Amino acid sequence: MTEKLIIIGNGMAPGRMLEYLLEKAAGRYEITIFNAEPRVNYDRIMLSPVLSGEKDYEQIIIHGDGWYIKNGITLYKGHKVVAIDRAAKTVTSDKGVTAAYDKLVIATGSVPFILPVPGNTLPGVLSYRDLDDVQAMLLAAQSRSKAVVIGGGLLGLEAAAGLKERGMDVTVLHLMPTLMERQLDPAAGYMLQQELESRGIKVITKASTKCILGARKVEGVELDDGRIIPATLVVMAAGIKPNAWIAKEAGIATNRGILVDDRMQTSDPDIMSLGECAEVGGHVYGLVAPLYEMARIAAAKLAGEQGPGFVHNDTPTKLKVTGIDVFSLGDFADGEDRQEIVLRDAAAGVYKRLVLKENRIVGTVLYGETADGAWFNDLKKKAIDISDMRETLIFGQAYQGGAPLDPTAAVAALPDDAEICGCNGVCKGKIVSTINDKGLTSLDDVRAHTKASASCGSCTGLVEQVMKFTLGDAYNPIAVQPMCACTTLGHDDVRRLIKAKGLKSIYAVMQELEWKTSCGCAKCRPALNYYLICDWPGEYADDYQSRFINERVHANIQKDGTYSVVPRMWGGVTNARELRAIADVVDKFQIPAVKVTGGQRIDMLGVRKEDLPSVWADLGKAGFVSGHAYAKGLRTVKTCVGSEWCRFGTQDSTGLGIRIEKFMWGSWTPAKVKMAVSGCPRNCAEATCKDVGVICVDSGYEIHFAGAAGLDIKGTEVLGLVKTEDDALEAVVALTQMYREQARYLERIYKWAKRVGIDEIRRQILDDPERRRSYFDRFVHSQKFAQVDPWSERVSGLHKHEFRPLATVGLPQAAE
Amino acid sequence: MQWIAIGQLSDIPQRGARCIKTPHGKVAVFRTGDDRVFAIEDHCPHRGGPLSQGIVHGASVTCPLHNWVISLETGKAQGADEGAVRTIPLKTEGGTIYIASSAAVEAA
Ligand SMILES: Cc1cc2nc3c(=O)[nH]c(=O)nc-3n(C[C@H](O)[C@H](O)[C@H](O)COP(=O)(O)OP(=O)(O)OC[C@H]3O[C@@H](n4cnc5c(N)ncnc54)[C@H](O)[C@@H]3O)c2cc1C
Ligand code: SF4
Ligand code: SF4
Ligand code: FES
Repeated sequence: MTEKLIIIGNGMAPGRMLEYLLEKAAGRYEITIFNAEPRVNYDRIMLSPVLSGEKDYEQIIIHGDGWYIKNGITLYKGHKVVAIDRAAKTVTSDKGVTAAYDKLVIATGSVPFILPVPGNTLPGVLSYRDLDDVQAMLLAAQSRSKAVVIGGGLLGLEAAAGLKERGMDVTVLHLMPTLMERQLDPAAGYMLQQELESRGIKVITKASTKCILGARKVEGVELDDGRIIPATLVVMAAGIKPNAWIAKEAGIATNRGILVDDRMQTSDPDIMSLGECAEVGGHVYGLVAPLYEMARIAAAKLAGEQGPGFVHNDTPTKLKVTGIDVFSLGDFADGEDRQEIVLRDAAAGVYKRLVLKENRIVGTVLYGETADGAWFNDLKKKAIDISDMRETLIFGQAYQGGAPLDPTAAVAALPDDAEICGCNGVCKGKIVSTINDKGLTSLDDVRAHTKASASCGSCTGLVEQVMKFTLGDAYNPIAVQPMCACTTLGHDDVRRLIKAKGLKSIYAVMQELEWKTSCGCAKCRPALNYYLICDWPGEYADDYQSRFINERVHANIQKDGTYSVVPRMWGGVTNARELRAIADVVDKFQIPAVKVTGGQRIDMLGVRKEDLPSVWADLGKAGFVSGHAYAKGLRTVKTCVGSEWCRFGTQDSTGLGIRIEKFMWGSWTPAKVKMAVSGCPRNCAEATCKDVGVICVDSGYEIHFAGAAGLDIKGTEVLGLVKTEDDALEAVVALTQMYREQARYLERIYKWAKRVGIDEIRRQILDDPERRRSYFDRFVHSQKFAQVDPWSERVSGLHKHEFRPLATVGLPQAAE
Repeated sequence: MQWIAIGQLSDIPQRGARCIKTPHGKVAVFRTGDDRVFAIEDHCPHRGGPLSQGIVHGASVTCPLHNWVISLETGKAQGADEGAVRTIPLKTEGGTIYIASSAAVEAA
């Protein structure tokens, strides 16, 4: 039998509760809602953007009419409940509707606090609570005359900024000496005031309102000190109080709000309450995050579940005024047992203050630069001892152990349980896992599935960063870029699925992932071939027909269809015997051009394809192997002469370069990899624009990566300093393996690093020895199958079809 | 029409190609994944790239130089690109591939 559930109030808290409830126990209740506001459930938080004109009402609706119909919910719009009869278990609305309930939920929210001063009921005096207020303000703003906002808190300032935006002349009256004193300390409050004033909003602090002047409508405000501020509109934003009268009248226990236990149960076992009207554990709330928590708990209870109860948590506050970044959290009063860390940058308009107690953050105020709010919140919530990073803590997460980061990297570096969306309490891990599990690609999808950024929207940027690093370049606000026309999946999806489903051949990938073509195309086949080689070393048989010609014939095709041949010269070092052998080959095969390459190799250009195997055979006799100058693989390790010869050299850079090259040659990578080792910071080997570079210094080896010197030019990022040559090798190898496993085909290291985040890479490769070791080991394993000299293989007959014509058709006898 | 035997089907890898030299230039002979065989001039309509060196997919080949996709059946460039290469008549009998001699000789 379905029970009757009645909800009084259709605000954000019960709206959320219903979503949970329908998910858990659809059909269990016959649901009826009475709402004093004549409308559906909308995002009250977003009224400020509506006021300022950045959004319109349609955009902030949470549940449209269709939602109620679809879920069989009766919504009485514009019906204010005026009586609850607990004995008869009915409620009655001001329009005369009476309905019976089995369970009743009271969610009447708050009422604005109206100053008890003369004139407070004059037309033109408004509060700021619902859409009607906003519409009234917009109407008043059309006159472009003067407005006074009473109250310099969150609501008041958002109202003031909105009205200013709409062309009004706005004065804010604030009782306390500084603005938003409950969220900001005096310094930040002062900066905020400066900023508002620079936008043309007048601010009067320590302003005590005596009365509101006007005969039939508002004409001005008089202060206790006698000052009179003319105004045609007065907005009261002096606070809210829980709307509990109806419960009180019905004899339900109330204090400031309606008293509930940690499961939202009032003193009446059939009546629950949640939202701003509810008081739990001595707290009433005015921000949605805790209300949503209440919604979750209430829904669980209504569904008959026994989940964890409500616990109090500080909620960060953000001001939603475009262009003003304010973040506040926790308790930031001074105290004997407290220390503070303060950073001010007057020129940039930045103020940051952390309040510490026993080496743990208890409060945070950020002004002007709030990107690290989430991180500080996380440190506070987990009560992490910050002694180790005390010196740099205030500079934010990006500065912990390295260079500043781009925002995606900063978000990438957040731990999984870091809260991204404060309103809905959604942590990073949840967003990432939902994106991955459900294959989400758009912000709307992520909002729908996780609720992140679905309320006040101030975390939208963060959520997009999370999406960006989760989806990589593939995240464009519209959809993932498919690999090619043969599939709808992006590279990352394909890579993930190859692993997850254990797909070990190109055919299997195309079958299982529902390729739209029978055998792919020239874009996807080489990519798949690489992914399979990388993921299943020794198990997957390289498909040469899926390789570009250069890799198929192990030489570089030139524009006239001839090839160039580059033998490997380890670390760029050669000798007379090798040079003589090269000279002989050039003469014997009449190779038209010989050139020294940028990677310290010798390039023989213009070799006919048919000659390739013989050229290789001769080079092989002299000890040369393929230089892989054609490969998406390790190309060259450039070196300088280092401590062996150079008076500045700090380490044996040549030796290390050769060692790296001998260790890593033959490995296939997503795109070409060029490395270099310089013997000192003078950097003669140009290591700072390579995919991976090493700069030797007195104290060890500085590992660099993610440089570029092609179409794009980019200096390297510093991974970190290691002490010994062995460490350097291990780091370089592990880094390369991480890249091999994660990057998209043809994506150079610098692009991959940008996507994944330098910090994340550093964390995995330098900070986590186990991780590093496992990358290293996987690389070593795959090298067993990769370090085969392709030239000698072909000299001994492999793929000879590639190098010989099938037939030669002569002229005379073939003619008709 | 006179036919000239040029080799065995098994001489060409699946999704691969081999060349034949003729007095007027090279002809590329392709074998697709489903064992169909095609012959076209080994000369991309774009800038003369050696099509025999490209990646074969379906009944098309992608030129190794600038990725034009050429239909093996019609010789026409696919997609937005415009141009065509000559196709050369060819038949297989009992695993042996024959090419039309006139076409082979005139292929340019
Ligand atoms: C302009 C503005 C900006 C805000 N910005 C933020 C922000 O950035 N971040 C944040 O976390 N929070 C913000 N808030 C606060 C947030 O909107 C509230 O905490 C939240 O909406 C409260 O939800 P609720 O369901 O408890 O009450 P409400 O959403 O207020 O809903 C209560 C509903 O009950 C109805 N009602 C009342 N009495 C009765 C009755 N007797 N019978 C029938 N219906 C009745 C009312 O009409 C109302 O529709 C903001 C609020 C405002 C006004
Ligand atoms: S990088 Fe330093 S060690 Fe190497 S050659 Fe230049 S100056 Fe000498
Ligand atoms: S710079 Fe351009 S033209 Fe010169 S070799 Fe490289 S790709 Fe060719
Ligand atoms: S020559 Fe074939 S695509 Fe350019």
